[in-house]
Amino acid sequence: MATNVYMEALSPTMEEGRVVKWHKREGDAVKTGETLAEVETDKAVMDLIARADGVLRQVTAAEGQTVPVGKVVAVILGPGDTSVPAPAFAPPAPPPRPAVAATMGSGERGAVPSAPVQADATRVKASPLARRIAKEAGVDLKLVTGTGPGGRVTKRDLETAGRGERGAASPAAAPAVVLRSEPLPAPRSPEGAGAGAAYDDVPLTQIRKTIAKRLVTSLGPIPHFFLTTEVDMERAAEARDALNKQLGDQGKVSYNDVIVKATALALVKHRACNAWFMDDHIRYWNEVHIGMAVAVEDGLITPVIRNADRKSLAEIGREARELAEKARIRRLQPNEYTGSTFSVSNLGMFEIDQFTAVINPPEAGILAIGSIVPKPAVVNDQLTSRRRMRITMSCDHRVIDGATGAAFLKTLKQMLENPLVMLL
Amino acid sequence: MIILGGGPAGYVAAIRSAQLGMSTALVEKDKLGGVCVNIGCIPTKALLHSAYLATVIRDSKEFGVEAGTVKTDYGIAMQRSRKVSDQNSKGVEFLMKKNKVTVVKGTGILQPGRKVKVGSDVYEAKKAVLIATGSRVKGLPQIGLEINKTTVISSDEALFLEKAPASLAIIGAGAVGMEFANIFHAFGTKVTLIEALPRILPLEDAEASEALSRSYKKRGIEVIPGARVKKGAPAKDKVTLEVEAGGATQKLEVAAVLMAAGRAVNTENIGLAECGVQVTERGFIKVDQNLQTTAPGYYAIGDVAGPPMLAHKGMREGVYVTELLAGKKPHAIKYDNVPSVTYSHPEVASIGATEDQCKERKLDYVTGRFPFSANGRARGTGETEGFVKILRDKRYGEILGAHIVGAQASELIHELVVARENEYTVEEVELAIHAHPTMSEAVAQAALDSLGRVVDM
Repeated sequence: MATNVYMEALSPTMEEGRVVKWHKREGDAVKTGETLAEVETDKAVMDLIARADGVLRQVTAAEGQTVPVGKVVAVILGPGDTSVPAPAFAPPAPPPRPAVAATMGSGERGAVPSAPVQADATRVKASPLARRIAKEAGVDLKLVTGTGPGGRVTKRDLETAGRGERGAASPAAAPAVVLRSEPLPAPRSPEGAGAGAAYDDVPLTQIRKTIAKRLVTSLGPIPHFFLTTEVDMERAAEARDALNKQLGDQGKVSYNDVIVKATALALVKHRACNAWFMDDHIRYWNEVHIGMAVAVEDGLITPVIRNADRKSLAEIGREARELAEKARIRRLQPNEYTGSTFSVSNLGMFEIDQFTAVINPPEAGILAIGSIVPKPAVVNDQLTSRRRMRITMSCDHRVIDGATGAAFLKTLKQMLENPLVMLL
Repeated sequence: MIILGGGPAGYVAAIRSAQLGMSTALVEKDKLGGVCVNIGCIPTKALLHSAYLATVIRDSKEFGVEAGTVKTDYGIAMQRSRKVSDQNSKGVEFLMKKNKVTVVKGTGILQPGRKVKVGSDVYEAKKAVLIATGSRVKGLPQIGLEINKTTVISSDEALFLEKAPASLAIIGAGAVGMEFANIFHAFGTKVTLIEALPRILPLEDAEASEALSRSYKKRGIEVIPGARVKKGAPAKDKVTLEVEAGGATQKLEVAAVLMAAGRAVNTENIGLAECGVQVTERGFIKVDQNLQTTAPGYYAIGDVAGPPMLAHKGMREGVYVTELLAGKKPHAIKYDNVPSVTYSHPEVASIGATEDQCKERKLDYVTGRFPFSANGRARGTGETEGFVKILRDKRYGEILGAHIVGAQASELIHELVVARENEYTVEEVELAIHAHPTMSEAVAQAALDSLGRVVDM
C-alpha cells in the first residue's frame, strides 16, 4: 500500500517546516521509524520519520523548501505498489493517515493526478558556476532559492541571497558579490556587514518568525512592570568556589546554576509568582520548571530545567549545559523547551549591568540577570569591595502585584546573599 | 492578441500566441517576415554566399581546382537572393496558416481600448496588443546625404541593384556596412569603408576589429576609421565626399554612397500618443521589465522596444511576452547574453563583454586565445584567419565574454552562448569532448588556454 509522507507538526506551534536535508533519496528503500529528512521547525531541527516500509518516491519538497504542515512531501510505495495516494492536503495532525486513491493506470510508478510532480526534489539544482561560487564561499546551496529553469540556483540567486534583495541585480554587478557564509544569518556585526551594502534584508527564519510572533504578544498586551535590586554575590561566589573545588572533575557549578536553583526555591515560597496567565484564569503551578534563555544562532530559545527546586546544583549544572548545547545545535525536542513556569535570562557574560527581559507568555515573570562586578560597598560600617549583581524582574501585573513581586525578589536576594538559606 | 508588424518579433509572437491557444491576428502592411526576411538578414546572407563563392573559386587553384576566369554578375546574385527572401516570406505565410493566425494586410493604427484600426476595420484584442513595427535605415540629411535611391542609397536599394557599382563609399562599419563591403568587393566594386568611431565594428572586441581591418585592407578594401564626413555632394552619377580623418581632409569621388549608419524605429503615425504609449529620449518605446508600455495592455517587442536591434532578440521577446500573457512563467530574457554576428569573411561573432568592457568594469579576468592557424580543420580548408578569444573570470571561471573571428564564427559562438546561459564555466566547456578535427576545437582550446593548459599551441 502506498503511504503519503506528510510535513508533520513536529513542534506544538509549528505551521510550516523547512526541509533541511533528505536522508533518503528518491528510490531509496525505507523502513518504518527511519529518518527520512531533517526538518527545521519554528524551534529546532527535527527528524521526519518514515511511517511505512517501502520505497521513497515522488519527493516534491526540495531541500531548503518551506512546506506547510500537512502537505504531502513524498510517497512511500510498498512492495508491488502501483497505486499512489492522491497528493492531498492532509489535516495537520501527526501521525498522518495515508489516503489511498484509485489506481491511476498500470504504470510501474503509477500516475499522480493534478499538480505536476517534480522528478526528484532531493537533488540540488544549481548551475556549475553557482556550485563553484557556493563551494568557495561555503554557502549551502540547499538554502538558496533558485530562480533558474526548474528552480535551478544561479549566480544571480547567490548574489541576491548574499545581498538579501530580490531582483534588480545588474548583469555587470559581478564584483559586488556578497555571500553569506552561514545558512542562517548570524547577528550582524559591523565587520560582518556586506561590503558596500547600505543594508541587508534578511528573510525571517522559522525561529525568528516565532520569536517575532510570540514577543509582540508579550510586551504589547501584557502590562509589564519591573523591579530591580542589587544582590551581594560575595558569599554565593565563595560557596560556588568551594563547591567546584569539591566537585573536581565531576562538573562545574556556574553562577547561573546557583541563580536558577535559588530562583526555583524562592518560587516555591512565592507561588503567586510561579503562575501562568490563562486569559480567563490564572494557573498557579505546584511544580517549578525554570526556562533558561539560551542564545542560539539567529535567535534564542528557552530550554527548561524541570523541577529545578528539587535538583542539586550539580544536577542543574549538568542539565543546563546539556540543554544549552542541544539548543545551540538545534536538537532540542519539544518537551525540552516547553512547559516552563518561570524564566531566567542572563546577560552577565556580556557585561550588562542591568536590563529588562520580555515575559515569555503565559508565564507571569522573568528574571533578567546582570553581570557580577566588584563595587564599593559598606559592610559592617566598613567601605570595602564586594562582588555585586543587579537583577531585574519583569512581572505581568495581571498576575503579580508590586508587593508580591518585591517579596519574591527579597527572598531570592536573601538566598543569593546567604546561600545557606537555601538549605532551610 | 493583436500583433502589429510581421517581422521576426511579430511573427514569432503570433505563432507562440496561437500555440498557447490565443486567438491571434497579425497586421502587416508589406511582406511577412519584415526587414529581416525581405530586405535584411536573409537576402544579405544569400549575397554573401555568392561573394564567398567568387572568392573561393578565384583562389581555388592552389587546391587543385581550376575554374578559369571567374565572372561575377551582381544582378543574378540579386535575383537569387530575392528568391531566397520570397521563399522565406512564403514560409512565414505558411506558418501563419498552419497556426491559424489571422493575417490582416494593411497599415495598422493603434486605438485606445486595445484596438487596432486597419483601413476601415477595427480589431479589438481581449488580451493585449503587441507593437512590433521594427525599424528602418536612415540617412544623414544634415551633411547633404539624404537617401535619393540612386547615388545615395541604403541597404534597401543595394539589395535590388542590377549591377554592382564601380565604386562605393560605405558610411558606417557596423555589421551592415561590413557585410556590404564584403559583398560588393567580391563583385568587383572599389569599396571605401568609412567609420566615425576609432575602429570598424566598434561594438566588437578591439582584437576582432583589428583582425577584420587587416583582412579587409589586405584584400583591397579601403578602411577609414575615426572619420568624419564633412560634406556630401550627390550628382547625377557620382557623389563627392569630404572626409576628415587623422587631422587630414580628403576628397573622395565614388559612384555611389551606401548609408549604413544607424537605424530609426518605426514609431510614427501608428497612434502611440493617442493610446498613451510613451517613447524614450532615444525614440524607443518605453517598456517595463515585462515589455509592457506605459499604456496597460500594449506591449512592445523587437527593435521598437530598444537595443540590441537584432532579429533574434525580437524573436525571444515575442515568445517571452506571449508566454507571460498566457499566464506562464517564461525564462527571463538575459539581455547580456544575446549573441551578435557579422557575416563578413571572416565572420565575427561574440557574446558577453569585450575585453575593454572587462577593464572598464574592473573585472578580474583572464584571457584565453586560440588562433585558427593552429587548428587542423582550418588548415585543411585554408580558412586560417581569425581566432577564438574567451574572457573568463579569474576566480570562478565564469565566461565573461567570448569573441570569435573566423570562417564559421556565427555557428561556433553558440557553444559559448549555451555555456553562458547555463552558467557553465570554462572548465565545463573544456571538459566536453570536442570532435577532431573541427573548428570547434579552437573553442575548447581557448578555454584551456584561459586555464593555462593549452595543448595545441
